[in-house]
Order: sequence, then structure tokens, then C-alpha cells
Amino acid sequence: MSRRRSLHLALGLLLVGVIAAGVLLSYVWLPFAPDDTSGGRLAPPGGDHLLGTDKLGRDLFTQLLIGGRIAIGTALGAVAVGGLIGVTAGLLAGFATRWLDDAAAVVLDILIAFPTLLLAMLIVAGTGASLGTAILAIGIAMAAVVARLTRVLVKQVLARDYITAARVAGISWPRIVLSHVLPNIAPTVLVNLALQAGLAVLAEASLSYLGLGTPPPNASWGRMLYEAQATVLAAPAGALAPGIALVVLVVGVNLTADGLRDLTDPTRRGRRGSGGRPDSAGRPGSAGAGRPGSAGAGAGLPGAADPAQVGPAGPARLADPTLDTTLGKS
Amino acid sequence: MSLLSVDGLAVRDRAGTALVENVSFEVAAGDRAGLIGESGSGKSLTALAVLGLLPPGLTATGSVRLDGADMIRAPRGHGTAATVVFQEPLTALDPLMTAGRQIAGPLRRLRGLRGAALREAVRSALGEVRLTDTDRIARSYPHQLSGGQRQRVAIAMAVACRPRLLIADEPTTALDVTVQAEILDLLDRIVTTHGTALLFITHDLPVAARVIRHTHVLRHGRVVESGPITSLIAAPEHPYTRTLVDSARRFDAALERTGRA
Amino acid sequence: MTEPILAAVDAGYAYRGGAAALSGVSLAVSPGRNVALVGESGAGKTTLLRLFLGLARPTSGAIHFDGAPLHRQRMRQYRRAVQAVFQDPYSSLDPRHRIGRIVAEPLRGLGLGADPARVTAALDAVGLPADTAGRYPHEFSGGQRQRIAIARAVVGNPRLLLADEPVSALDLTTRVRIVDLLASLCAERDLTILLVSHDLGVVAELCAETAVLERGRLVEQGPTSEVLGAPSHPYTRRLLASVPRLPA
Repeated sequence: MSRRRSLHLALGLLLVGVIAAGVLLSYVWLPFAPDDTSGGRLAPPGGDHLLGTDKLGRDLFTQLLIGGRIAIGTALGAVAVGGLIGVTAGLLAGFATRWLDDAAAVVLDILIAFPTLLLAMLIVAGTGASLGTAILAIGIAMAAVVARLTRVLVKQVLARDYITAARVAGISWPRIVLSHVLPNIAPTVLVNLALQAGLAVLAEASLSYLGLGTPPPNASWGRMLYEAQATVLAAPAGALAPGIALVVLVVGVNLTADGLRDLTDPTRRGRRGSGGRPDSAGRPGSAGAGRPGSAGAGAGLPGAADPAQVGPAGPARLADPTLDTTLGKS
Repeated sequence: MSLLSVDGLAVRDRAGTALVENVSFEVAAGDRAGLIGESGSGKSLTALAVLGLLPPGLTATGSVRLDGADMIRAPRGHGTAATVVFQEPLTALDPLMTAGRQIAGPLRRLRGLRGAALREAVRSALGEVRLTDTDRIARSYPHQLSGGQRQRVAIAMAVACRPRLLIADEPTTALDVTVQAEILDLLDRIVTTHGTALLFITHDLPVAARVIRHTHVLRHGRVVESGPITSLIAAPEHPYTRTLVDSARRFDAALERTGRA
Repeated sequence: MTEPILAAVDAGYAYRGGAAALSGVSLAVSPGRNVALVGESGAGKTTLLRLFLGLARPTSGAIHFDGAPLHRQRMRQYRRAVQAVFQDPYSSLDPRHRIGRIVAEPLRGLGLGADPARVTAALDAVGLPADTAGRYPHEFSGGQRQRIAIARAVVGNPRLLLADEPVSALDLTTRVRIVDLLASLCAERDLTILLVSHDLGVVAELCAETAVLERGRLVEQGPTSEVLGAPSHPYTRRLLASVPRLPA
């Protein structure tokens, strides 16, 4: 199992590495100037133009490399905006008292339901179309999703006895957040952010495709797709190249996140001592049948998964009607 | 022939480590057998192997015959021959389904009941596990019920279709003492009434002593001692069984002392 | 008689907009006399424990520590004297911290200086080797984890240990060993225990005093031999009759 995970990490890093190498390369060397149309329109791949040219005669490979800058910039920018706002808001909501928390949940649900496109259009209306606008819109939309996930995770962690133990040990709330809450929610949040980073690249492509993102002549992958649309049958490379690049980056980021999560989880790293799994063998009724007394006086969270094992399935727990009531108790 | 006959059962993980090894026992129709063991003894895995429900990655070898069916090579759709009650009813029940619908499920599938007959069967199943106010309980979701009520619903589900064998895996460990006593009485009465065979799995010797006749003590995946539970408690032969009995006696004795003081 | 370390004085607690979880509870823990708090889920044991742990404040009455009401200003002093062990050893240890850091937490939190020697001594006191400190919780069984939790509770040499169902999640043989450990800690460290439990056998083994809580009220309290030997309240009798025993 851990070998499969490290394979994920290696493959993920390789895919992201290919894109990153292309981006770095674009800063020191480009096959043609971005606005060089000397190659003639819709030249087929091969020869001077590795991937051919677009309908204006610009080199597709050059555009692809520059598009990589925008894709990675969008991913990093949106994750920074979304992660920062989202985790902060989620932490606050997770700690909030009941009614404030309910209000926060409603606001987040509305924000999540609010289409990213509409949000982007509103922001564009105010500031004009630019890459920054696109990143901001995507980041804010992402923040709502991240905040909701963070809120649920924080509540799960806060229900664990080690939080109570830390309070009894005289640890202040800020330090509990730093040493217990954040490390325990981080793996799931990071995997989610990686997923969101992939989606952000796709979202930027959509926005650019609709003319709400990167303005010409900057070639974002979404814009390349848009411009190749009319000639996709005559010159498929124009659509295939940015499409494949998108898939490589998104899949690479997701695999990397998956592998990184396991690397930071002590329960998934190599085990010392006997070959057994003390995790599952330690309690009466070991076959994951729950634990004795969890319905009893403990302040635990019956039925909740170990936060270290929540994984990307975390948000799905929202559908569990027992969750909110058990969280509300004690 | 026995209702359940387990012969040389072994359960291995992917690495080939034996978690259960050479376990053999039989449960006759209407009998009450016990598997007693602590964490990691393999008792729950044995139960899952009997039901053909081992989690992926674990493989069983040997022979498990349940009511004539080979549960290792050709696990048959369960629900008629054997059913199971787990330790934690909150996770055993579907949180998104009312108690009534969960009990109705097997009745509909296995006994083909519909409409008014189905509703009546659900009501009588709830009555059988001594849940009063059956209509309210039937409409409730698991999280709206107490731990004891949930376990009663789980038992009602398990016995509604009159299985020939009921497997109870630590069914009272998560419950309060008084509720535990009630659930044990309930299990006792149900298996007596219907002549259901019972395979009771627990780490708690005094609890086992209340419901079981013949028992097998498991340790590290092997049976270390078998016999009638009374003689096993009175004269344990294996040192491990003795430790179990002594542990239980410790707390019994402490209670006795306070009783006499 | 010596002054109680900890006492609930006519304490009550009601959740906001809810019914009273506790009412009129008066219970004192004196040095050297372990007290058991017995009752079923929903009886208010956990709520009372939260009041005792200073995690919630009573909505009526008061919690007294060393004879005076518990104030925020005395919290650090209080926490140095009163520590806790919880029921579920799978939930009470942070899976991402090494055992050494987990056990040292009260030392850091209560300003006692994080001396690794004290961590080693605490691990030794609960029967765990020193190299335990470098490992993670998932490497240990339930009983071992509960030992680690006890080491964390006693590392700062508290006078009182609040133990919330400390053995109910454990196997019977492990239960015996942990109860023996708690008894020896009491004898060797001048430690007193307030034990929350529904296991009357454990109560009889470990506690000189017993208080029975039912639906938020103390229905019976006194020396364990009297409460369990000659129970006067029907609820206590029912509880006692429910305990599964071995056939003689």
C-alpha cells in the first residue's frame, strides 16, 4: 500500500515537473517570439514548428510554454487566496458558538452555490478582464469550499479527547490550534487544495475561453482551446496540445498531493516493531466494529473517522445527519 | 450434521501472516456457542469468515460449512442461514434510513412481504425485541434512538427473517450495564423461543457465562481451550484461560468484599 | 478530617436553552480517599467531570478547590494539582505527536519546565520503557495507550486524578493491569482518584467512596461498602443486579 502511494508521489512529481520545466524553459528560451507569425497559418506539426502554428501563424509550442506560466500562476495564486481565506474562515466557523456557526454555514453554502463565472463577471465588471481578476474570482470561489471543509474537520478534531487533554494540560487555545488542530486537518485540507488547484487551472481556462480571463495576446491554455475551436478538424494539434497539457498538470498535482499526505502521516509511514497492526488489534471487537463505550459518557465522536484517515472523503460526511447533533453535544 | 461446522479455518493477510490459524468448532442447530478472546485474538475475523464477509485483502482457507453451504469457496447470499449483530449499532445501522425501513429491508427481500403485511411484520419484529411505542421507533432515524434502542433495532433486523444461526459480535460492549443485562436477557429469550443457534463473541467472560453453553477460547488466532463454559470457568486448563478467569474473579471478589463489609 | 481537594457545592448545570443536566450536586474528594462517580450514559457524569476539569462553569452553585471557589486566576495552580485520564485511548492521544511530546504537554502548558528526565520517569512509573518517547500512538495497543495517557496525567505530580471510564474500553485482563497501576500510583505518589465508571467491580476495587448519579442528581453517596453493600436507592440496586458475574 505504501509502495503504491510512493509511486503516486513519484508519478505526480514527474508530471508536474514536466510542466514546471517547460515554464522555467520559457523564461530563458522560446522557439519563436510570441507574436511571430512568420510560420504561416495552420502549419502542421513538425519541422521548425514542433506543434505547428495557429490560425494567425503563431508557433503553438511557444504559446503552450507561455500558457504554462499562466496555468501555474493561476494554480498558485488561487490556492494562496483560497487557502488563506478559506482556512481562516473555516477555523473561525469551527470555533464559533452554535448560532454563529449556523450562520457561517449558510453563508458558505450560498457562496459555494454562487457560480464562479458570475462572480468573475462581477469582478471583471469592476476591474476589467485580467489574469489577476481571474485568480481573485477563482480564489474566492475556492475559499468557500475550503472553508466548509475546514469547518467540518476542525469540529471533528475539537471533539477528540486529546484537545480536552491539552486544555487540561494548560495549553492556550492559539497553541492548541498550532500544535493539534492544524497538523491534524492539514493532510485533508492540502489534498483538497491540490484538487482545487487542478480545478483552478481548468476554471481559468474556462474564463479565458469566455473572454473573462487573460486578455490576448497572452496565450492561456483556455484561450488556445478557444481559438483552436473553429479549426479543430483541420488542425487538431491546436486543441490537443493545450488539452493534454491541462490534463498532465491537473493529474500531476493530484497525485503529488495524495503522496504528500501519506508522507506526513505517521500512521501511514513504515511501521516499526511487530508486523501487526496495533491500530486494529488494540481494542475489543477489533474488526472495525466501533469501540466500547463510544455511546457512553466519553466526549468522543461516535462514528467519526480518525481525522488522520478522513481523507478526501471528508466533505461527504456533511450528508451524515448524526454528525451535527453529535458535534453539538457535550 | 451440525448447522455450522468450521474445520481448520485460517485467515491470512496479503503478506501471508496468519491472523487466524487452525480454528475448528461446530455449532449444532439450536445450540449456544461462544468464541471468547481479547483484542487481536481473531474472534471477529472468525465470525466474518463464517459469514463470508472478510474484508478485501484477507483470505480464508480451510472449511466453513454453514447449513450445507461452503462459505469459503462459494459464499451464499446471507440473510437466511445466518445473520449478525455487531458491537456498535450506530455504525451498523444506516444513518439515513428510519428504523422501520431498515427492518423492512430483509423482510421484503427474503420473505417477499409487501404493504400491510410488511408493516405488520415490522411492528411485530419491534415488539419481539420489547420496543414499546413501535410506531414512533419505526419512524425514527438511528441517531434519534438511545444506544439500547439501536441495538434492539439491530437485533430485530437480524432475527426478523428467522435465521437458523445468529452471530452476536460483542453486542453489549458499547452499552450501559443495566442495558447490557436487558439485551442479554432479550437474546436469551429470542434464541430459546425460536430455537435459533447462537454464536456469541465476546472478550467478557462473565457476559459470556450468562448466555453460552459451549465455548472456545481464542488467543493469537488459535483455539487454546474448548469446553462447557461452566467447567471451563471452574477448572481452566490452559494458563491463558486461567488468566481470563482470574481477571474476572478479581472484580467479582472486590464486589463480594464490599457486599459483606 | 482533612480539607477536600476538590468539591462540588450544590452545583447545577443547564445547557443553553436545554433542561438541567445537573442539579444540586454536592460531592467532595478528600486526599487519600478515592471517590467513584457511578451512573449511566446521560446521567450527567461527563457534565460533572467537565465542571471539575474547569472546562465549563456551573450555572448554579460552585466548584471549590482547596476550600475556595475555583477562579480563572487560580487555574494554573489548579491544573498542576488536578489532571485527567479519558475513556478512549484512541481519541486522547494526538496521532501526529510522538509519545515524548504528548507526555510532556502538561509540563509545557503548566510552566513546569519540559525536562526529558521527568517524561522518562513518568513513562517508567506506568511501566513503559524510555524508548517509548520516540514513537507514535498508533504503534501501541489500547492498554499501552492508556498507560501513556496516565503518564501524561501524572508527569507533573498532581494530587488528584480525574479518571473518566479509564478502563471501560479495554479488555478484561488489560483492565486488571490498569486498575493495579492506578492503585499503585495512589499508594506511591500521594495521588487521589475521582473515578467515573459504570463498572462496579472496578469501583469496588479502587474506591473508598461511591456516589451514584441518576438523571443529573446524586441519589446516593457514602463509603463504597455501604453504597454497594447495602444500596438504599432502587437505581443503585438495579445497577448492582445488572453486573454480570461468573457462576460460583
